[in-house]
Amino acid sequence: MTAVSTPARDGVRSAGRSMRSILAGMPARRRRRWPFSPWHLVLVPATIVLLFPFAWVLITSVETPSEALHFPPVLVPHTLRFANYSDALASAPFVRFLVNSAVVALATVLCNLVLCALAGYAFARFRFLGRTALFAVIMATLMVPFQVTMIPQFIITKWLGVHVLAGVGINHLGALILPNAATAFGIFFLRQFFRTLPIEYEESARVDGASRLTVLVRIVLPLATPALATLAALTFLDSWNNFLWPLIAVTSTDQMTLPLGLATFQGAHATDWTLLMAGNVMSLVPMLAVFFIAQRYFIQSVAATGLAGT
Amino acid sequence: MAAGSVARAGGPRQRLRTQGGATVRRVLDSEQVTGWSFVTPGVAIIMLFGTVPIIWSAVLSFQRSTLNTSGTGFAGLSNYRQLARDPVVAQAIQHTLVYTALFVPGTMAVGLFLAVAMNRKIRFIAFYRTAAYATMAISTISEAIVFTWLFDPSYGVANYSLSLLHLPQQQFLNSPSEALFVIAAMTIWGWTGFAVVVYLAALQGIPRTLLEAAAIDGAGPWRTFRRITLPLLSPASLFLTVWLTINALQLFDEVYLSTQGGPLHATTVLVYYLYDQAFQQFNFGYASAIAYFLFLVIIVITVIQFRVGRRFTYYRS
Repeated sequence: MTAVSTPARDGVRSAGRSMRSILAGMPARRRRRWPFSPWHLVLVPATIVLLFPFAWVLITSVETPSEALHFPPVLVPHTLRFANYSDALASAPFVRFLVNSAVVALATVLCNLVLCALAGYAFARFRFLGRTALFAVIMATLMVPFQVTMIPQFIITKWLGVHVLAGVGINHLGALILPNAATAFGIFFLRQFFRTLPIEYEESARVDGASRLTVLVRIVLPLATPALATLAALTFLDSWNNFLWPLIAVTSTDQMTLPLGLATFQGAHATDWTLLMAGNVMSLVPMLAVFFIAQRYFIQSVAATGLAGT
Repeated sequence: MAAGSVARAGGPRQRLRTQGGATVRRVLDSEQVTGWSFVTPGVAIIMLFGTVPIIWSAVLSFQRSTLNTSGTGFAGLSNYRQLARDPVVAQAIQHTLVYTALFVPGTMAVGLFLAVAMNRKIRFIAFYRTAAYATMAISTISEAIVFTWLFDPSYGVANYSLSLLHLPQQQFLNSPSEALFVIAAMTIWGWTGFAVVVYLAALQGIPRTLLEAAAIDGAGPWRTFRRITLPLLSPASLFLTVWLTINALQLFDEVYLSTQGGPLHATTVLVYYLYDQAFQQFNFGYASAIAYFLFLVIIVITVIQFRVGRRFTYYRS
C-alpha cells in the first residue's frame, strides 16, 4: 500500500520532487491551489450515494408508518419508533432465520475447507489411476451455470430426503448444506495453491515417517492458510447470499435462511415499509458486522479472484 | 503397486520397514489408495449434485416431464421447438440482453472511476473505500427491498429528488419502459464494491516508475491515464467483462423480489422465466430446454468476449 501510484495528478507532481521526499512518501513541498485534495469533491458525493441506501433503511426502520408514507419523504424522523423491530420480530422469526443462515454458512465453509483440501491435495500431489479424467470431469462442472443443474438437484434432494436421510431432504437445512459441501472451484483453487508450495517439506516429513494425512494437516495446511482464508471468505459470502436454491429447496418458515425469510416477509408485508426496513436492518447488520471484522480477508479473496482471472 | 512413485517420497526406507505384517499399511499409504480416499468425498458430492444433474437435465430437455409424471415420454426436439416459437422467450432474451448491456458497462464505469479516485493516499481514504466495499456485504434481497422502497412511485426518495429538480414524477418499477433500468441501477450499486476491489488491486499492481516515466516525457494526467494506466488495466477489465456478463445473464433475485417479471413481462429475463416454468408451472422438460439454451448463450458470449478481448488486452511479463 505504500507504493500506491497516483497516476492522474500526483504522477506529474512527483516528477518534480526530490528522490528523498518520494522515498519518504512526504508531500511535495510546493504551494497547492487547494487546501485539500480535489478528489474529495468527487469522493464525498460518491460516498453519499453509496451509503444513502443503508442510511435510508435505518431511518425508515424507526419511523412511524405515517411518516414513512408521507410525501415529501421525512428524512429526519420526529421520534425513534423501535416498536417496528418488535413488530417485525413478532410476525417473522428473524432470529431463527439468522441462526439458520449462520448454521448453513458455517457448515458449508467447514465442509468445503475439509473436502476441498483433501481432494485438492490429492489432485496436486498424488498419482493415482484416473486422476486426470476425474479432474477433468470435476472441472467441467465449473462452467455450467446453476440453472442447468437445479431441476435434477431438486429431484435428487427430494429423493435423498425420502429414501436416505430426512435431514438432507427438501425443507431441511441439510438440503442447503450438502449440495454445496464441496465445490469444483474450491478443489481447483486449493490444488493450484498446493502446487506452488515447495515439495521438500512434505518429502522430509515423509522420510521421518509421517503419514500422508499427517503431512497434509501438519505441514501443508499451515502453509496454505492464506488460500484457506480466501476460500472460506468466498464460500461464506456465497452461502450467506444464496437465494435461488433455498427458494426452491425450502418452504417452511422455520428452515428459512435470512434472504429467503426476508423475501417471504416482504411478500406478506409488501407495503408495511417500516416493518420491512426493520426486518431488513436485522438481516443486514450481522453480515455487515462480519464483513467489517474480517474485511481484509473478504477484500483479499475478491481481489484474488480478480487477479487470478487476469 | 505404486513403488515407482513412492520412491519420490522416501520410498526405499519405507520398503525396508514394511516387511511382514506391514504390507497392509503400505497399501493404505500408497498414492493409489490415499489418492482415491482423499478425493472420493468431495468428488462424490460434485458428481451427485453437478455431473449427474448436467446429464439428467439434458435428458429432461428431450422429455415431456412434469413434477408428477417425472421422466415419462421421449418428446424429441419438441421442447426446443416450443422454445423457438415461444414469444415470452423471445422477450426474455431481449430483456436479458438489454439488462446485460446496461449492467456490465455501467458497473465497470462506476468501478473504474471510483477505483481511480480512491487509488491515492488522502485523508478519509479508508472510509471512502469501506463505503464502496460495504455494498459487497449486502444480499441481493436486502438490496432489492431497499431500492424498491427508494424508487417507490408514491413515497420514494427518487421521485422526491426529481421533484426538487422540477422534473416530472416517474412510475419506475411500475412502468414497463423503466423497470429494467431501475433493476440495472440497483444491481450496479450492489456490484460497485466488487468492481472497485478488482480495479484497485489492478491499479496497485501498476509500477509507479512507468507513470513517472510518462510524466517526465511530458504526458499530462489524462494522456498518462489513457496510454499507460488503461492498457495496464485491460486484463482486469476483461475479467470483469466476462464475470459480470455471466452474472448478468443469470439475473434472477432482484426481479423475483421487486417485479416478479412484470409489469407486462417487461422484466421477465431468461432465468426468471426458467424458474417460473420449472417451479411454478412444473414443466421440468421445457424448463430444462430453457436452461440449456441459457448455457449455450453464456458459452457463446464468453467465447466471443475472450476472442475479442484478447486483442485489446495487454499482458505484462
